[in-house]
Amino acid sequence: MNGLLNDEILETIEMIDRECLDIRTITMGISLLDCADSDIVRSCAKIEKKILCRAKDLVRTGEEISRTFGIPVVNKRISVTPISLLTAVSGGDPVRYALTLEKCAKELGIDFLGGYSALVQKGFAAGDRELIASIPEALACTEHLCASVNIGSTKAGINMDAVRMMGQIVRECAEKTADRDSLGAAKLVVFCNAPEDNPFMAGAFHGIGEPDCEIHVGVSGPGVVKAVLEKCGPAMPLNEVAELIKRTAFKITRMGQLVGSVAAEKLGVRQGIVDLSLAPTPAQGDSVAEILEAMGLSSCGAYGTTACLALLNDAVKKGGVMAAQAVGGLSGSFIPVSEDAGMIRATEKGTLNLEKLEAMTAVCSVGLDMIIVPGDTSAEIISGVIADEAAIGMVNTKTTAVRLIPAIGKKAGEKVNFGGLLGGGSVLPINQTANTVFVSRGGFIPSPLQALKN
Amino acid sequence: MKAVITTVGKDRVGILALMANACADHQVNILDVAQTILDDIFTMTMIVDTEACTLPFAQFAADLQELGEKNGLSVRVMAKEIFDAMHRV
Repeated sequence: MNGLLNDEILETIEMIDRECLDIRTITMGISLLDCADSDIVRSCAKIEKKILCRAKDLVRTGEEISRTFGIPVVNKRISVTPISLLTAVSGGDPVRYALTLEKCAKELGIDFLGGYSALVQKGFAAGDRELIASIPEALACTEHLCASVNIGSTKAGINMDAVRMMGQIVRECAEKTADRDSLGAAKLVVFCNAPEDNPFMAGAFHGIGEPDCEIHVGVSGPGVVKAVLEKCGPAMPLNEVAELIKRTAFKITRMGQLVGSVAAEKLGVRQGIVDLSLAPTPAQGDSVAEILEAMGLSSCGAYGTTACLALLNDAVKKGGVMAAQAVGGLSGSFIPVSEDAGMIRATEKGTLNLEKLEAMTAVCSVGLDMIIVPGDTSAEIISGVIADEAAIGMVNTKTTAVRLIPAIGKKAGEKVNFGGLLGGGSVLPINQTANTVFVSRGGFIPSPLQALKN
Repeated sequence: MKAVITTVGKDRVGILALMANACADHQVNILDVAQTILDDIFTMTMIVDTEACTLPFAQFAADLQELGEKNGLSVRVMAKEIFDAMHRV
């Protein structure tokens, strides 16, 4: 039919209708470097003017694309220059910036705004400590704002003073929002090797090497991959399974590439990257855990899980890379526990625990993501988790991240519900063995030999 | 712009006519039609040209979807570009 087969048309429609295929986000990255001012009030005014001008048509364009192509565009988001850079120039209370960004988000009708961030992998510069200290208040008094702090990289090593600080900040974020299931901590990511063009939240920010304004797209589609794998028999060798995933990832990414190019053209800005990540949602059938189970595991967490995830992560990248003009962001497979129905089920059955999740983060695209831990988990324990995760990222030259939510007032096994894309689930037990001396040493973990590539 | 209209529902008299009339009413030209009936489920795919459409595309798509709902049919109208992007290199 006009160059297309009827089956191909119906396959696409089935992906969207039954297998939860969607564009997870169109994210506009906006540089705020030209908004820096020694007066914080003037700086905030410039930010407001620039964001409202650049992104005035973002939501409308996202909806128009959704109606034209018949594909849901779930979120419209903005990422901005790390706010610590503006704080460095202006001084003053960084929460003013948080309130300005929240005002912009509300006025534009976007879903999230990321970039309340600091990059401190090699040490603290002016504005960094102040911004980090203000994160709990900033996230408690805003709804759409997301924060991130990069505490390590393969090139720089791990800033252990920042790791210690972030354990406390994660706890404070949870405490300040204890009346809302400690939601504040769900909007904060601690990174090692943070990408500067990531369209996904909560870790999105617009890096200083990026252009003034660009459009990134994050695709989704775990349900599509799962449906394909369910159609193949149990005797199919894993190399053929990998081929199937590659083909599927290619199709999904081509759609992301199309949407990104159309959005960029309509908005009159440059197209940035397509993030190839498989991003699950709490909806049934839209789960990365269920893909791993479709490969032959009786439950996510069984031995073989890490191998299946490694295969999946690699095949998604191989399939997607030819389909997109520029690939970036996190690209791979996410494993956010509370956002994935299959992961929630596996943790509640006891087949998936934090130790297994940590192993999985060595081969997935991010890290320990959206994991609800007991409310009495100490700042030192959280810092220890951050340090371990950063070490995996640093040595393996990959992004790792920690988004733990200490559910204040709750113990292991109790339920938490964030709602929406953030999902919910049971509080996971965490190893509480003391690590206080290690965490309090501070200083740096030097960068590994892998950093010396020149 | 070329678009794909898919219609799925329980088979009965007049489904093709219903969709074809809706297209004609808005100056949408039908270029190609394929249909199957499997276990009494009617599935039809049309390729159409919406260049002369009397309504904005999004409105035409929404109207056809509503018409489908009123008649117990699942109707989707999507720009053909998305299928080309997904299935052709």
